[in-house]
Amino acid sequence: MSVSNATREPRWVQITLTLLALLVLALFLVLPLATVIIQALSKGVDRSIATLENQDTLSAIRLTLTVALISVPLNLIFGLSASWAITKFTFPGKSLLVSLIEIPFSVSPVISGLIFVLLFGLRGLFGPWLIDHDMKIIFALPGLVLATVFVTFPFVARELIPLMEEQGRDEEEAALVLGAGGFRAFWSITLPNVRWGLLYGVLLCNARAMGEFGAVSVVSGHVRGLTNTLPLHVEILYNDYDFVGAFTAASILALLALVTLILKTALEWWHRDELASSRH
Amino acid sequence: MITAKTISKRFGTFQALDGVTINVEKGRLVALLGPSGSGKTTLLRIFAGLDEADSGDLILDGLNANGLKAKDRQVGFVFQHYALFRHMTVADNIAFGLKVRKGKNRLAKEQIEAKVADLLNLVQLNGLAKRYPSQLSGGQRQRVALARALAVEPRLLLLDEPFGALDAQVRKDLRRWLRRLHDEMGLTSIFVTHDQEEALELADTVVVMNSGKIEQIGSPAEIYDHPATPFVFQFLGNANRLNGEIKSGEAHTHGWTWPAPGLPDGPAVVFLRPHEIDMTSSRADAQLAKIRHPLILGPIVRAELELPDGTFLEVELSREEHLSVNPEEGSVVKIAPKRLTVFAGSVMSTPHLDSSFGVDNYEI
Amino acid sequence: MITLNRWRTPSIIPGFGLTAGYTVFYLSLIVLIPLSVLLLKALNLNLDQWVALITDKRVLAALRLSFVGALVAGFLDTVLGLLVAWVLVRYSFPGRKIADALVDLPFALPTAVAGIALTALYAKNGWIGQFFEPLGIKIAYTPIGVVIAMTFIGLPFVVRTVEPILQDLDRDVEEAAASLGASRLQTFAHVLLPSLGPALMAGFSLATARAVGEYGSVIFIAGNMPGISEIAPLLIITKLEQYDYNGAAAIAVIMLAISFTLLLAVNIISRKSRSGAP
Repeated sequence: MSVSNATREPRWVQITLTLLALLVLALFLVLPLATVIIQALSKGVDRSIATLENQDTLSAIRLTLTVALISVPLNLIFGLSASWAITKFTFPGKSLLVSLIEIPFSVSPVISGLIFVLLFGLRGLFGPWLIDHDMKIIFALPGLVLATVFVTFPFVARELIPLMEEQGRDEEEAALVLGAGGFRAFWSITLPNVRWGLLYGVLLCNARAMGEFGAVSVVSGHVRGLTNTLPLHVEILYNDYDFVGAFTAASILALLALVTLILKTALEWWHRDELASSRH
Repeated sequence: MITAKTISKRFGTFQALDGVTINVEKGRLVALLGPSGSGKTTLLRIFAGLDEADSGDLILDGLNANGLKAKDRQVGFVFQHYALFRHMTVADNIAFGLKVRKGKNRLAKEQIEAKVADLLNLVQLNGLAKRYPSQLSGGQRQRVALARALAVEPRLLLLDEPFGALDAQVRKDLRRWLRRLHDEMGLTSIFVTHDQEEALELADTVVVMNSGKIEQIGSPAEIYDHPATPFVFQFLGNANRLNGEIKSGEAHTHGWTWPAPGLPDGPAVVFLRPHEIDMTSSRADAQLAKIRHPLILGPIVRAELELPDGTFLEVELSREEHLSVNPEEGSVVKIAPKRLTVFAGSVMSTPHLDSSFGVDNYEI
Repeated sequence: MITLNRWRTPSIIPGFGLTAGYTVFYLSLIVLIPLSVLLLKALNLNLDQWVALITDKRVLAALRLSFVGALVAGFLDTVLGLLVAWVLVRYSFPGRKIADALVDLPFALPTAVAGIALTALYAKNGWIGQFFEPLGIKIAYTPIGVVIAMTFIGLPFVVRTVEPILQDLDRDVEEAAASLGASRLQTFAHVLLPSLGPALMAGFSLATARAVGEYGSVIFIAGNMPGISEIAPLLIITKLEQYDYNGAAAIAVIMLAISFTLLLAVNIISRKSRSGAP
């Protein structure tokens, strides 16, 4: 790619702008990340490891994994189902459906938690009924899952829909003419065609599910060892002035974020053609 | 043999097919020819079971196929853009139809491999079994799509614009090759095209369609020499369209008289192909015309002829004719039609003539 | 299933009834019904209660902080995001791809982690805060801190909205401007900036909408002093803890209304710019 001098800034401008941009990235992105790790290790590795072996931390990790393990598959199934219905068929109300699926992205995390408290909380719509039947949703695992499912709702669908739209229906039709049944066409044609996009969606969905704070904070009740996910545990330790503990727990989450970023970037480098072309 | 009876199909308010009836004998190579929106692709998709007709009957080899699912029809379909499975190799693409079979029809792995090898050989892609579709040229993809369709030993091979996405030279080669393949394998094939040259060169039978209806069915020669409707005449090549009048079995237009046996008295539409004009006519009704804008285009010469009443005709001459006439801007010649095609009715009553196809060839 | 199938244009691909049915069912269960309960709850308030709520000093201050803070953060994001996107698209330098990947960090980093990290950085003894302390500027536990956290969370929205547009811009136009005698700065101001306008507006709105509702990365650095550095989402939680469900729902509805207006604006802008494009 050759670019003529007429559309190029002077060298010193280029260097200044690049340095400024890198400064912005360093101040805003690298520094917070570095802080987390350095604070976690500030009192020595042993102290950090001790924090990790704390029962409450371990159960927070376990709960976070459990919540993600339930929420992500739920939204994965939904994403596949929604994208099949939306991209393989033509029906009125299609674009409305697509917009409705995107709603959770524009709802504040706190409101995402609030709506389930309004439904299932002590004084919520179904609150009395739940008490009568000795069931608990808010301040328990089901509430955490509901809030997490809500905030991660669109991730898989919104990656798959543009991708499958772009790929059209021809290949599925070809499979059907060749004698395949509907499920076979989905399993051996559609699914392999969208595998990288699917992985991409699941990756982002999972990162958000494990890292969600606001929504689960509202429905959790913050009972240590019981309803505390790892991000909530970070808050509790921090408010207890256990900074090493808080930053150690935080660095696990930061590590998760880094792994997610690396995998995401790798997917974008190697499988760009097989991801949805429109981002954001 | 395949029979379609009064097939109709609407998409919303658009009538894609309007009572189409057609019979295709075993071993035939049939072209569905028409402009876009004429319903030809819809008809093909109904044959394959990819679309469902609103009404009418479809009979495949004596079997009523109305409710029969696409996967049970044993029809080969070559998609316009091939629809190759992008994540499968060439070999896996071809084997797909065999691998999805169930029960007693299922072939053993070795049989499938042997069959794929045969088909690769047939479509001359032997070395490319392990390639992916994205690594193939357009012509190669076309042949993979064909091999994949043939793998299931279809009773009927359907091709949607099979050469549409290819460049001119590849298209010509593939056309001849497909004709040979069809004959050698004893296939029954139907293909859709909007290119009249392709239809005339390749098919045994040409079905000309327009606005969801069949205009004419016939051999290429019949279609070309005896077009049944003005639409067919115009769709099959450039034509000058003239208004005329029929009186007691003779058509009269711009001073010329032409036999029109059996046509009712009244207004007429008369067509004159640009290459069917005699530029040195000695006929009694020959007309004087001025030559305008002669243009040498390789082997042919194109010009316009201005009749005394101000009408312009397009004319096409071979190089030899050109030499004998030597047309120059403004020179006057005596012209008469070598052949006229006469239809009863006025221009107004043939509504499709003014649409963008057929005529546009000589408006450019 | 039969009725659903009549809803769509016929196709031989199976599974419409199953997938469309499940999609609508799950969407209603998780999103539509819970959100409509929110509206119902907010409607429980009568007019007087509404007036009391939105004239309450604490509520007003929290809403003002959330929205003004988000607008300021959105503006900062637009400026910084344009700079970053420009450098990432137009210049090549070692580590460019890593820098590009890093832009998404605020999307990937759990907000609580970002929150405590930013607080540690900008506290008066923090790596950055210590430089401002002698100047008498406090960042953490003040509205400035709120804006910083909001800016952090919104930056990727602008970069990722502007980047593809910048990539697709025709160099021709810039060359034409140069050949007509425009300086580089003039070309930027009169040719490039207008064509980036819609993307910048969209990025600004997305970043602002996100910042309005942001909770995790803000509450740690905010200090949460009622009337000064308390954000609206936190007020919702406070109301909830007092079992004032209706009040919480009402504040939520106000926030949602403003966010949706912002996002609607994005849609209109992007649709206009698409239809106006050659």
